[in-house]
Amino acid sequence: MKKFVAMLLVLTMVLAFAACAKTDTTETTAVETTAAAVETTAAAVEETTAATESTEAAAVAVMTHEEYLAAAIDDQVCVETYVQAHQSWWEDKITVYCQSPEGAVFAYDMACSEEDAAKLVPGTKIRITGYKAEWSGEVEIMDGTFEFVEDGDTYIAEALDVTELLGTDELIAHQNEFVTFTGLTVEPSTDANGNEAAFLYSWDGSGQQGDDLYFNVSVNGETYNFCVESYLCGADTDVYKAVEALQVGDVINAEGFLYWYEGVNPHITAVSAAE
Amino acid sequence: MKKYAAFLLSVVLLLALTGCHGSREKAAFVIPSGFDTARDYEITFWAKNDTNMAQVNIYKQAIADFQALYPNITVNLRLYTDYGKIYNDVITNIATDTTPNVCITYPDHIATYLTGADTVVPLDDLFADPRYGLGGSEVRFDGPTQEEIIPKFLQECRFNGSCYAVPFMRSTEACYVNKTYVEKLGYTLPETLTWDFVWEVSEAAMAQSSDGTYLVNGQKVLIPFIYKSTDNMMIQMLRQLDAGYSTARGDIQIFNDTTRSLLYTIAQHTATGAFNTFKLAGYPANFLNAGQCIFAIDSTAGATWMGSDAPLVDIAEEKLVPFETAVMTIPQFDPENPKMISQGPSVCIFQKEDPQEVLASWLFTQYLLTNSVQIAYSQTEGYVPVTSKAQSSAEYQDYLSRRGEDDDTYYSVKIDAARLLLDNTDNTFVTSVFNGSTSLRNAAGQLIEDVNKSVRRGQTVDDAYLDDLFEEVSALYRLDQITASEGETELGPLPGASKALLAALAVCWAAMGIYALAERRKKRKQAA
Repeated sequence: MKKFVAMLLVLTMVLAFAACAKTDTTETTAVETTAAAVETTAAAVEETTAATESTEAAAVAVMTHEEYLAAAIDDQVCVETYVQAHQSWWEDKITVYCQSPEGAVFAYDMACSEEDAAKLVPGTKIRITGYKAEWSGEVEIMDGTFEFVEDGDTYIAEALDVTELLGTDELIAHQNEFVTFTGLTVEPSTDANGNEAAFLYSWDGSGQQGDDLYFNVSVNGETYNFCVESYLCGADTDVYKAVEALQVGDVINAEGFLYWYEGVNPHITAVSAAE
Repeated sequence: MKKYAAFLLSVVLLLALTGCHGSREKAAFVIPSGFDTARDYEITFWAKNDTNMAQVNIYKQAIADFQALYPNITVNLRLYTDYGKIYNDVITNIATDTTPNVCITYPDHIATYLTGADTVVPLDDLFADPRYGLGGSEVRFDGPTQEEIIPKFLQECRFNGSCYAVPFMRSTEACYVNKTYVEKLGYTLPETLTWDFVWEVSEAAMAQSSDGTYLVNGQKVLIPFIYKSTDNMMIQMLRQLDAGYSTARGDIQIFNDTTRSLLYTIAQHTATGAFNTFKLAGYPANFLNAGQCIFAIDSTAGATWMGSDAPLVDIAEEKLVPFETAVMTIPQFDPENPKMISQGPSVCIFQKEDPQEVLASWLFTQYLLTNSVQIAYSQTEGYVPVTSKAQSSAEYQDYLSRRGEDDDTYYSVKIDAARLLLDNTDNTFVTSVFNGSTSLRNAAGQLIEDVNKSVRRGQTVDDAYLDDLFEEVSALYRLDQITASEGETELGPLPGASKALLAALAVCWAAMGIYALAERRKKRKQAA
């Protein structure tokens, strides 16, 4: 009897202890799951947004580029276009520079899986559905989703020389297009400490290698500010290194995408010495 | 002997079981008996700046000055311009055990960091250490005592029963007002802005001439009211109305009738074009400075961008419009009882295996609270120092008194913004910190952003829409999965299974007692 009671007691305790430990494990897992859930929230938002908007997309007909240009800000739009380049994928979002023979569009923070991001190589045809928006002068497609158009068609834009359009009202007609500038003279940029340099890390020099690069160039007596967007061309790219090697007074050609931020602010993808 | 062994085993198991409930791993850092200056230490400091060279210079100067005092400590600076990027990088580096030593952060983010064991060092013991603590005898610089850190700001870094950070700078939000246009519209700015006033003036500003230009500015673009941070907008509106947001433990309360009512109001003014947000339109400062906005709400830490004489400007010079800028508290529902958020960078220390390295990190963290760093950094924007030692210093008081002497160091809008917080410190609040509070904050902003977008995109915002929105946002941010925090907070009633187990134990002990008594009686009878 003694043995039985002692054994019963011990077994009860052991089972209780085991049950408690299991409960504790469950609680720990729950906390970790919650943390994971919290951390992946952004992705979840995008996924769900993509799903929602994908449903809405079904109702929108594909527009010509002319129709897209005519659409009002906040209108839902749908265009078929071709990937020219994209910024780095992050948390199921991607920003893509697109162009067709008719014109260019900038798709900001489109919903995109990492797997699909890998397929967004230059020339790929995609159908984008989203909302036309304007942010600090940049006209773009916001809250977009896309699908691949598998018709075998590809297109890579030739850079349009817009050097002579700099400083004119006509330039904005080419917003977001792949363009080239020739015969630019590198002008000094002045950082917030008053130091002059051929380029700055971040707009005022407060950044470090890996951040966006900003540099000034002049042509036809006017000076313009160009940018190497680090999410498009990072520190290991040729253009990033080329701009880091610029000297004031260098005469260069540059090509990139005609981005806008409170005025023209091209995202430069290549720089070379002018012949 | 058998009885003794069984009893001992039972007690051991019971104690183990007792220790099971509510246990949580605590940080293992123990303050060393002394700082070993014979060794060299290399620590990393992840610092956030507002893309502001002056702030970067101050970090670098602080490091140089600190290293001169502690030649055996090398501080490696890594610069960030975005709290979110720091947060993501820290999360990534927790997994690989490569966190920085010292990091600028938000308390909300620390709550998530703490889901990993021993990640962030609780600072209470370090604060109080007589040798290396705040004002400690072995500290080689004139830092503040714990009492000299503004209690309200320090309290913001306390959660789960410990202080996990020190405040570095504090700011709040301000409404930067184009006073010239307000008066042109026939209004006089009240002493304290109210939401009704801001909405009314914003609607009045929408009057256009036949050519489509707005009468007040003569331009084709006007967004009278732009809010930079819509999460703050919702949080502050709810707090001003004493409406639910969350409990201290992390119970979600945001989906309530007051939120619904606020969203209807926002939808109404979005529909007329009187209101928009940074995410959909652009920086409030750019619109304000171009004469295309009347009420621009942004952080006081963005004051150097605000106003036609602002030292930092992002728009072409020819687009700048001259106007008088008034720096006011954010609009209030009850102007007699103003409430506004307290925000700004804090500093945490990550746990490392070597306690000497942690101590070196703490010494550097403490150095960031010295007057030289506090005053210099606060002057870069509309920040205020977090210590009374700095705030009351002659140097800082002189800085404040020289408001408007120039449009750089003494830029009036910037100093007005700092003064706004100094005058309203007691009116500031912070939201509760728990694992998931960052998600809740994002959700608060998302509600406004979604309503703003939906109205602009021609969708109907009605009860059915808001029902769906609440459900979607709750699901998207997994707010229904946030578990209430543990720590020293109320644990709540025991779950049923635990109650059953305890009951089983009680039955066992009772059975054992009865058995022991029965045996005793039996022996007595036998003895008799």
